[in-house]
Amino acid sequence: MDFSTDTKTAIRCFHCGDKCINTKIVVAEKNFCCEGCKMVYEILNQTGMCSYYDLNNTPGAAQKFTVRPDKFSFLDDASIAQSILSFKDEHQIHVTFYLPQMHCSSCLWLIENLHKLEPAVASSHVNFERKEAAIIFNYQDCSLRKVAELLTRIGYEPYISYNDMGKQKPRINSSKIYRLGVAGFCFANIMLLSFPEYLGIDSKEKSLMLLFRYVNVLLSLPVFFYSAGEFYISAWQGVKQKFLNIDAPIVLAIWVTFFRSLYEIYTGAGGGYLDSMSGIVFFMLAGRVLQDRTQKKLSFERDYTSYFPVAVTKVIGKDSTTVALPEIQLGDTLKIYDQELIPADAILTRGNALIDYSFVTGESVPVTKEMGEIIYAGGKQLGGTIELLVIKEVAQGYLTSLWNKDAFKDDPIRDRSFVHAISYWFTWAVFITAFLAGLYWYFTNRVIMWNAVTAVLIVACPCALLLSNTFTNGSILRIFSNNKFYLKNASVIEKLAAADTLVFDKTGTLTTRAYQTVVYEGKPLTNAIKQKIGTLASQSSHPLSSAIVNWTGVLPGNPVIAFEQIPGSGIEGMVEDDLITLGSSLFVRGKNDTRSHNGAAVYVAVEGVYLGFFKFKNQYRTSIPDMLQRLTTRFNLLVISGDNDNERSYLRQLLGPSANLYFNQQPADKLTIVASLHKANNKTVMIGDGLNDAGALKQAHVGIAITDDTNNFTPASDAILDASKLALLEQFIQLAKANKVIVVTAFIISIIYNLIGLSFAVQGLLSPMIAAILMPISSISILLISFGFTNLTAKWMSL
Amino acid sequence: MSVIIILLIASISVAALFLAAFIWSVKSGQYDDEMSPPIRMLLDDTTNKSNHT
Repeated sequence: MDFSTDTKTAIRCFHCGDKCINTKIVVAEKNFCCEGCKMVYEILNQTGMCSYYDLNNTPGAAQKFTVRPDKFSFLDDASIAQSILSFKDEHQIHVTFYLPQMHCSSCLWLIENLHKLEPAVASSHVNFERKEAAIIFNYQDCSLRKVAELLTRIGYEPYISYNDMGKQKPRINSSKIYRLGVAGFCFANIMLLSFPEYLGIDSKEKSLMLLFRYVNVLLSLPVFFYSAGEFYISAWQGVKQKFLNIDAPIVLAIWVTFFRSLYEIYTGAGGGYLDSMSGIVFFMLAGRVLQDRTQKKLSFERDYTSYFPVAVTKVIGKDSTTVALPEIQLGDTLKIYDQELIPADAILTRGNALIDYSFVTGESVPVTKEMGEIIYAGGKQLGGTIELLVIKEVAQGYLTSLWNKDAFKDDPIRDRSFVHAISYWFTWAVFITAFLAGLYWYFTNRVIMWNAVTAVLIVACPCALLLSNTFTNGSILRIFSNNKFYLKNASVIEKLAAADTLVFDKTGTLTTRAYQTVVYEGKPLTNAIKQKIGTLASQSSHPLSSAIVNWTGVLPGNPVIAFEQIPGSGIEGMVEDDLITLGSSLFVRGKNDTRSHNGAAVYVAVEGVYLGFFKFKNQYRTSIPDMLQRLTTRFNLLVISGDNDNERSYLRQLLGPSANLYFNQQPADKLTIVASLHKANNKTVMIGDGLNDAGALKQAHVGIAITDDTNNFTPASDAILDASKLALLEQFIQLAKANKVIVVTAFIISIIYNLIGLSFAVQGLLSPMIAAILMPISSISILLISFGFTNLTAKWMSL
Repeated sequence: MSVIIILLIASISVAALFLAAFIWSVKSGQYDDEMSPPIRMLLDDTTNKSNHT
């Protein structure tokens, strides 16, 4: 039996796991898919770092695109370097690099063993959640630039953006956790010390009883002044805006409880209700902490500065020098290399410009620009080096100024949750009850009056409402996160539930960015011809050419003679004595095609004979077509795309006659459409992925940014959704709608507890023990109900 | 029965110690990154001798 050749299993790269098309790249009997991967292996092998491969299978990232050697030359500039690093003294520099490629334990091991590759590195500490490496090195022996280049060489190119210049990362605010800890400590101890009184301390042990009570008072002080401060701040902010939010009646309840307890202990009338007070503060803080847990590794606030590089190359006469982005001035000449971003609006002065605007305007096909044409900031240059003359400063660019529209401040009225409305009525009901009870006892038995009134105010606190709201929100946020749907904060849940209009971007959102579906129409092609077409296409870096290369399955590297690339038209060359021509209809056939394919068609001719053309279809993400059809029944749907209207008929078929489809939209147009929907009182959810959607995302009621990789840049939004989970959108909205139902149900159940307590309170019979029993029982049961219902609902929706 | 005062002081001080430890541990930032310590713990402290290609 011969097991040596299994032709079915593809050979995979030892470093990154991609399929090896070229099986000739071998070192020590290990195959690699490209020279880049092989180089990383050799570096690690030489320095004895092969544990990298022992810890995980194929831990590397594909190294197919080589990084330009001068890419980090801007780090040699002292002022630019100074703005990025975090600390510098006579010997050492501390710098934190963001390494988005980190994804496994091998990465962590390798980065933390950086000192083995470069002795000048004293230490490197990884924060895996944020994908950052804090590196300390001796800069006398090794420059900052060399460290960045070293990281790039082993496959972890640092992502340094304009945003990193000079900004100190904010310290995570843990004050809620401290308050929770203090409240927990005090609550438990007060509870303990109250047991003697409930369980029948001998009233002759007067001194002991007093001791316990006063220690309770001492322990309740941190809760009253520090832990409960969370609610004071929130209630005060509401009052400043002339709005009674849910924290206002809670503050009232806490104060009444505290002062009444103090009074009772001072006059020796009783033990007070300090255990109930500290307990309820503890539970409510726990709910808040759970609700406000934010994603540390994602940022919902990114603007264009996180997308732009730190520095570019400026040309002065014959010399090039590096200049930081803020220093770019009008009239500067910049040199932009392949795969680099255009940082400012400029005019093309030299070179062939092929600009990829897909992330910025949504056009899926790169645009060729002629000499003298304006190129807008934010596009990416594909192809050779070009020189540009700056006509607008970085922040004033046509597109950048759009992303920066600060006109969308958070509307506080929009953010008001329904719980505030409920608590408002609840508070009124409480006051009326207290008033009536007081009135009754005033005339019947005046001694009990204050007892009854304060007892009512203590019992009837909407704490259960707050508890169920925060715990339900926390559970929903967690369920969403498990499904790769990350919300900025809990208020987004309610906004999502109110949605009635869904606006989709097309390129990158409904479709993937890659050109994977190539359809050929025309005379049949032999395999030999296909190979030749592929060989010619591999000479060009245009994405359409790459798609053709993939379709033909050809290895790059076969010779092409007399290769010519005419920008805007096509490419031509001799492959094995055949002249192959690929390009626009005008270029290949000498005339325009009567059927317009709007630029997403490449025509091919061999030896001057026209054979046919390649059509490029957008590839829709899986199950999106189904999802769209389901959504038409419940929501208003719109598709706004910066791309051409190739897909109009297909989308019309999916979405039905009532949906609005817009194509060829500029980013400003997207914004206008969403704004007009907003004015017409529609609750819009905008779903987009690129900077061209940034304005619309901010303007919409809820903006969801889609991404294929959460490490990538996403524009500012209310939520970030992984592209693979877009099809679950309907379930997400349904769960958000269930939030309200669950909270109201839990609240109604809590009213039962309130009524029981009130029945004691109005009679003036509310003893501390009853309060101390009611409080934890009601809190924990509300908690369990909220938690349980939320998880059940999620399971029911298969989330 | 008055010995309970001493017990009270002892128990509250021990609890207070734990509270201080809690606040100190959160402040030290060890909870900022929950994903690397589990991995880091399992990585070998390799010396050049024990590493072979």
